[in-house]
Amino acid sequence: MTVTEERSVTEVGSPRRRKEDGRLVTGRTRWTDNISLPGMLHLAMVRSPMAHATITSIDVEAAKSSPGVVAVFTGADLGDEQGSLPCAWPITADQKAPPHPSIAVDTVNFAGEIVACIVARSAVAAKDAVELVDVEYDDLPVVVDMAAAAEGGNLTHPDLGTNVSATWVFDSAEAGTGGNVEDAIRDAEVLVERTYRQQRLIPAFMEPRSVVCDPTGEQTTLWSATQIPHILKLMLALTCGISESKLRVIAPDVGGGFGGKLQVTPEEVITLVVSRRLGKPCKYTETRSESLLAGHHGRDQIQKLTLSATREGIVTGLKVDLLADMGAYLGLVTPGVPILGAFMYNAIYKFPAYRFECRNIFTNKNWTDAYRGAGRPEATFAIERLMDELAVEIGVDPLEIRERNWIKHEEFPFSTVAGLEYDTGNYEAATARAKELFGYDALRAEQRERRESGDPVQLGIGVSTFTEMCGLAPSRVLGALSYGAGGWEHASIRMLPSGKVEVITGSSGHGQGHETAWSQIVADRLGVAFDDVEVLHGDTQISARGLDTYGSRSLTVGGMAVVAAADKVIEKARPIAAHLLEANADDLEFTGGKFNVRGTDSSIGIGDLALAVFAAHNMPDGVEPSLDAEATFDPENFSFPHGTHLCAVEVDTETGETKIRSYVCVDDIGKVVNPLIVEGQVHGGLVQGIAQALWEEAVYDDSGTLVTGSFVDYLVPSAADLPHFTTDRTESPSSTNALGVKGVGEAGTIASTPAVVNAVVDALRHLGIRDIEMPCSPHRVWSALQHRDGDGSSSGADTPTEKTFVDDDADPSHNAQLSGEGSGSGAAEQGGLA
Amino acid sequence: MARISIKVDGVEYADDVEPRTLLVYYLRDQVGKTGTVIGCDTSNCGSCTVHLDGTSVKSCTVLAVQADGHEVTTIEGLAKDGELHPMQQAFHENHALQCGFCTPGMVMQSIDLLRDNPSPTGEEVRHGLEGNLCRCTGYQNIVKAVLAAAESAPVRVGTAGGTL
Ligand code: FES
Ligand code: FES
Repeated sequence: MTVTEERSVTEVGSPRRRKEDGRLVTGRTRWTDNISLPGMLHLAMVRSPMAHATITSIDVEAAKSSPGVVAVFTGADLGDEQGSLPCAWPITADQKAPPHPSIAVDTVNFAGEIVACIVARSAVAAKDAVELVDVEYDDLPVVVDMAAAAEGGNLTHPDLGTNVSATWVFDSAEAGTGGNVEDAIRDAEVLVERTYRQQRLIPAFMEPRSVVCDPTGEQTTLWSATQIPHILKLMLALTCGISESKLRVIAPDVGGGFGGKLQVTPEEVITLVVSRRLGKPCKYTETRSESLLAGHHGRDQIQKLTLSATREGIVTGLKVDLLADMGAYLGLVTPGVPILGAFMYNAIYKFPAYRFECRNIFTNKNWTDAYRGAGRPEATFAIERLMDELAVEIGVDPLEIRERNWIKHEEFPFSTVAGLEYDTGNYEAATARAKELFGYDALRAEQRERRESGDPVQLGIGVSTFTEMCGLAPSRVLGALSYGAGGWEHASIRMLPSGKVEVITGSSGHGQGHETAWSQIVADRLGVAFDDVEVLHGDTQISARGLDTYGSRSLTVGGMAVVAAADKVIEKARPIAAHLLEANADDLEFTGGKFNVRGTDSSIGIGDLALAVFAAHNMPDGVEPSLDAEATFDPENFSFPHGTHLCAVEVDTETGETKIRSYVCVDDIGKVVNPLIVEGQVHGGLVQGIAQALWEEAVYDDSGTLVTGSFVDYLVPSAADLPHFTTDRTESPSSTNALGVKGVGEAGTIASTPAVVNAVVDALRHLGIRDIEMPCSPHRVWSALQHRDGDGSSSGADTPTEKTFVDDDADPSHNAQLSGEGSGSGAAEQGGLA
Repeated sequence: MARISIKVDGVEYADDVEPRTLLVYYLRDQVGKTGTVIGCDTSNCGSCTVHLDGTSVKSCTVLAVQADGHEVTTIEGLAKDGELHPMQQAFHENHALQCGFCTPGMVMQSIDLLRDNPSPTGEEVRHGLEGNLCRCTGYQNIVKAVLAAAESAPVRVGTAGGTL
């Protein structure tokens, strides 16, 4: 029976070592690619090298007669059965979208699109036959540049008659959440106008995607390296016309996702359809090159920004004009990604007027979709870069300008100009702590010295605050945004007769440590031992209901469902305990895993009750013999973590190289279940954000070929590229959930990108640099320094200046080093006073 | 087909392989050592790192036939009698893994690193792990784990691997 008496520590808040680790550090893992079934066939994909072309013929005969090949399928072969890949988020009623077959039928719209599928008895035989498929293409004009595409010209999808998929607007005057931004701009004493580019990124989870489908038996079982087994099950059923109840989806151990595995992929559909056609288990595992080429990409936006303020630096309005590159198709939540950012541009500041307009643009590139932060990093980058620019215009310290404008801790709850209600926060506390840890004043002094002495290595200090809406999401909000599903999460708890507890969660982890954190929560709630709790997830046959893991939602939504289920267990146990203790149910209190009759030493443990219910020999009349319970939790509101990040960089003005010297972040994520896991999430998030600032970029050439198609060119940083981080927390418990928790999965990624870029610009500002386009590679920094104005001091508030640092070197070969260089159009920028 | 005999995690195997078969595929598909994983096709990620005669190699850069007559240790051969290798223990204690996909390679490389340099600095650890990518942890806790392992059990950590 479960021992509860000795439990003195509370689990929640303690740095429990993870349950998951045992299997992961010993290789006892169940990655999808490990699965091997009797008679299993292997798939390999033939992909288009053309970005936009008509398929005139496909000759598969040679491939079919290649040794070991069982079948070859084209798009025409799959016909209606492959359906059209789903987009669950039509952001406007008139949104335009092309059909999205898993295997292209008549035309290919990006390089990497699948045109045929080889099925063979071994993976090697399948891959060997790929080269034998002969596809003839007729070139169509390739649309690569989203800004040009937005203005018309060649069409990505001629049938749609436009490259604009949708235009989405939020205006605070129309919504009644604030004033009219045009008035604010007209009356502005200071205007800051900038254009920033969010380069295209690749999620680059370490486990390549893999899918196995077993069509034998009554239910078809599909294993996939996915973040979303539940959504995938429903979507595959709808896409392929299969009864939902005949499908079982399993996400076994999944090696990272970061939004990149929040998708219904062509490869999943193809594996499902082909295995059912052939009646044989089939497996497809992508290579890394395929993953980078055809797993969905992220970011890729151009942000045209106008901020108005008073001479004292008090913001009066913000206008955002956004172009978002969808790529060639709309994936599961592609169109909604920029919209998730729409509510965050005002960030932690008190803007009285705000307007956001986004145009979603089609181009002949891989489609974009969620990548860690999804919309919110873009918004945070924009506003945090702008606040630095405003500080320069006004002539005050960047922290000072933020403080003048942020919501003060006594002003919470605070209704924002974007229509959200921030529950809690204390920006003052987090910032004060960050400054202290960073040694802010000493670094500023050193910066002055280096500037004065003309040191070739300049010091830059970058500031970024942030908040984000996380815990996606209140279902009614998603409904108002036309998203195709809700945002609730489900959990159930099974009380086993041996005293063990099974927790089933709809939120399926892939590195976040759900098994550990959920065990901690349940151990405290039910007063059972941490080790007696087993967390089950990721299999739709075990966890029937769920909406999966993304958007920093697991703890704030999924964790709350677990709490609610545990509370139901206690309430179900109460009358049974009263019956067995021969007491009145109202006289019982539940603490430390036991029901006690108040004022007596008469008690019974929850484990004993589980056994009593199992035997069911002595139940109160009319009470079912079960303690098991389930709960569905739909959040009332988002939660709003925040933080202050400070970054010091050394920029070598002779080589353009940037080195991060120190990085401090103080995050407020409310209550913490496991500080060890939290810290890990922050570290990993920081690095992904820093990588956007300095290294990573998915680059296409003019013909629509991805030139960063391997880890040689797509620069995921290694340990040697990164500094040691100093992290700390302040704690303003969330008031939107009973645990007081806020999300943390995306926090680091959101704040670190602008902190680093602000630092790089700060290092060079006195040399006339006002912006460096991301990634701030040595080449870009060096080029900016070569192209700057001669006077070296163009940051004065009274002298409107106009400079463009156009990156005219589009040679993709630069990507071979950590000096990756893109073919972007360069950021134009204007600073000035109205 | 070529005939090879290899000792993997202490067990002798004799198998026929296609001459072009990479060691990592041999280990995973023929020996069933799926603890060793494949993260790339350009030898950049280090996920596939194993020990060949006690020295770390990326098993995607070695042909199975090249390992003929040699001894391979994978992540699955480290723990002895249910007891974790000190490096595995250090990864666990220091939360040096999240999704765990890079972990087999990281652990094998870290052991090799300490064999070369039993008491490295943080900076030396970072450079020693340059060939192993992790997308989850930001590396901070991996570095911490390696330093902790060096501190706690330098001798045992340093002698692990194919010669155990
Ligand atoms: S799989 Fe061997 S280095 Fe990536
Ligand atoms: S722990 Fe996920 S890649 Fe390293």
